[in-house]
Amino acid sequence: MTKLVRSLAAAVAVAAMVPMAYAETTVRVAYDADPVSLDPHEQLSGGTLQMSHMVFDPLVRWTQDLQFEARLAESWEQIDETTMRFKLREGVTFHSGNTLTAKDVDWTFDRLKRSDDFKGIFAPFTDVEVVDDLTFDLKTSEPYPLVLHTATYIFPMDSAFYTGTSEDGKDKSELVKHGDSFASRNVSGTGPFVVTEREQGVRVVFERFDGYWDADAGNVDKIVLTPIKEDPTRVAALLSGDVDFIAPVPPTDLKRVEGADGVELITMPGTRIITFQMNQERVEAFKDARVRKAIDYAVNNAGIVDRIMRGFGTVAGQASPDGYLGYNEAYAPRYDLEKAKALMAEAGYADGFSITMMAPNNRYVNDDKIAQAVASMLAQINIKVDLQTMPKAQYWPTFDERAADMMMIGWHADTEDSANFHQFLTACPDKETGNGQYNSGNYCNEEADALMNQANAETDPDKRAELLQKLEGILYDEAAFIPLHWQNLAWGAKSGMNAAEIVNALNFPYFGDLVVETGS
Amino acid sequence: MFAYLAKRVIQAIAVMFVISLIAFAIQGNLGDPLRELVGQSVSEEVRQQLRDELGLNDSFVTQYLRFAGNALQGDLGTSYFFKEPALDVILKKLPATLELVFGATLIIIGFSVPLGVYTAIKPDTIISRIIMGLSIVGISIPVFLTAILMIFVFSVEYGWLPSYGRGDTVHVWGYWETNFATADGWTHIILPSFALASIMLPLFVRLIRAEMMEVLQSEYVKYAKAKGIKPWRIYFVHALKNTLLPVITVGGVQIGTMVAYTILTETVFQWPGMGFMFLEAVNRVDTPLIVAYLIVVGFIFVVTNTVVDLIYGLVNPTVNIARMGA
Repeated sequence: MTKLVRSLAAAVAVAAMVPMAYAETTVRVAYDADPVSLDPHEQLSGGTLQMSHMVFDPLVRWTQDLQFEARLAESWEQIDETTMRFKLREGVTFHSGNTLTAKDVDWTFDRLKRSDDFKGIFAPFTDVEVVDDLTFDLKTSEPYPLVLHTATYIFPMDSAFYTGTSEDGKDKSELVKHGDSFASRNVSGTGPFVVTEREQGVRVVFERFDGYWDADAGNVDKIVLTPIKEDPTRVAALLSGDVDFIAPVPPTDLKRVEGADGVELITMPGTRIITFQMNQERVEAFKDARVRKAIDYAVNNAGIVDRIMRGFGTVAGQASPDGYLGYNEAYAPRYDLEKAKALMAEAGYADGFSITMMAPNNRYVNDDKIAQAVASMLAQINIKVDLQTMPKAQYWPTFDERAADMMMIGWHADTEDSANFHQFLTACPDKETGNGQYNSGNYCNEEADALMNQANAETDPDKRAELLQKLEGILYDEAAFIPLHWQNLAWGAKSGMNAAEIVNALNFPYFGDLVVETGS
Repeated sequence: MFAYLAKRVIQAIAVMFVISLIAFAIQGNLGDPLRELVGQSVSEEVRQQLRDELGLNDSFVTQYLRFAGNALQGDLGTSYFFKEPALDVILKKLPATLELVFGATLIIIGFSVPLGVYTAIKPDTIISRIIMGLSIVGISIPVFLTAILMIFVFSVEYGWLPSYGRGDTVHVWGYWETNFATADGWTHIILPSFALASIMLPLFVRLIRAEMMEVLQSEYVKYAKAKGIKPWRIYFVHALKNTLLPVITVGGVQIGTMVAYTILTETVFQWPGMGFMFLEAVNRVDTPLIVAYLIVVGFIFVVTNTVVDLIYGLVNPTVNIARMGA
């Protein structure tokens, strides 16, 4: 009976596939969310950048092994301490037909400086000076080591297209967070795909741009992006063949996707660190480095990765992942319960104390389960934890109030650089500079901050690595925070799509380069 | 009649006022909309500036009065995420939800009547016992679990039906695009409709069965039997007719509840209706959209209840609407 049903099902499946054989190569993609807007400067988020890499092109971009690759910028050279001269690729056209010139880069740069979300990253930069049609100078106020890192965020926009007044009388270049603007609905970039159809929250259709400069790259004619919010549904859509590519794959379904016929699982170590911070202002004991260290020793982060994350994470001993300048394998993850107890006794807290803890329950992978595990681990060194978890919408306002003694936070460095972790998570909180904006632990070490500032003015990579590793060493020795793990990334794709070629640790799949095997 | 109508309208206005007040009051506890609007490294200063622009720093009364003033002119605010008037967003999503509810209603009517009647007539057969047993299971399993199970069985294992979305729709009128015009549309609506029906169907089977068994004990059925009328005529013409009155009353109320269940069903199936939109809005702290949704759904409830009361008076002459208005 089952056999009959199965062969019937197979027959139905084959019959259903016939009308779906497109003459052109179409890839159906399902993410957990779709881009908020077509305006690349409206929100600094993964969704926006994924969209930007399809519709626009950056000056330079990251490769899979975190090196720089020339895109719209053909070459670049440092001409003095604060100036980088870029040469643009010749003959690049926008979707509108306009030709890309240095003027567009200048215009885009000015717009980035006006964007609430991007102006922070561009703060060290002062100006773009146009030299000729294809040459421009990117200037910084001080010598700055992250010029190319930041250039990955410059996706030149079509200045002629975005200039003027729209039909409803608004300025086309207008950049608004909320509400309707020309740029949030209309787009002209240099990228491999043109947006031909878009219904927010339902689907976006991208079609190949005929005039794309990089004509040899990729063979995909059309991409249909559908957001599928629910994890099980997204996985089911891939397994049933309704979509060809999904991200993310939830840890519970990794085995299922890996074992299924016709689809493959692609995983990669990520760069988002998950940590706990210990609030020194709320708890006297947390001022003592020995207590913080005891907590670090008591938390079995390898066990969390193994049991709760099902191996879907990389155990961390510091904030910077492997590949970043600040990474040093000497700062290994710590776990030793006996040592933890000894440290507590040494600090005079052998009998322990009670604290409150808060964590989100829908922000990071398994966040609430991780928090529960950490709470029970702390019970072993007599720290009683009163844990509260809540949805991210409620969690962030409470985080801003520093409402609990220990709070969870995950961080991905927008600059892909070690100094960024310290700047936001562990630097002395300072309203003026914005340092320590997410430092709910109120950890403050002048020496560490000095190292960060030194590193941010050091353009020699070797010297910079030394400074950043020293900085990470201080945080490690003083147990400034509790590092847990770096979340891995996972994509599911139909076999024969060569999807593994286009993904990267930043989670911006380069669909323009995708070469799907055809003719089967 | 007129007095009654006037009274109902005044009541409805009062209810809408209370709903708007409650909807508006809870939005402050849903989280900070700024979190979803800006990136992680945006400074507190810029956030405050945006809050000022959005009017989020004004007092509750100021914010409510501004909202109420606009609402009276038909403007329920602009969604942060869709960047369109919230009412337009909801009206665009409404047809998808109504089609889903319609599909589920068809399934409920089509299955509950024969199954309910059968289990009432032959309560002791094995089939009846199986049906009643399954109905208990059906009531106990949450909708989202049923939905996920169905996806895994019918989409992943057998590949008979698509796993998500609406598929090919055909534009009918205004914002209305229908699933019922193409084969692809039909295959897409089957699973979500069954999932949505899975909670109500067992309830109605049991309701019809209980009513039917009671009616079968009544004098006139016994008399009809004694008179020698054919059994099917007794069951389906005489008995069922009297069974359906309470069923219709309950059904009217339950359709409202079904709109609530669409939130779960639509989320699992990525059905682009207003239930899914609402849950997303809560996750994104899209407060104007949340408030607008609550008001629109409240409005639908108020209108249907008023209409049901009026119809009730027409159907059942013993209810005197004119006197109720006094």
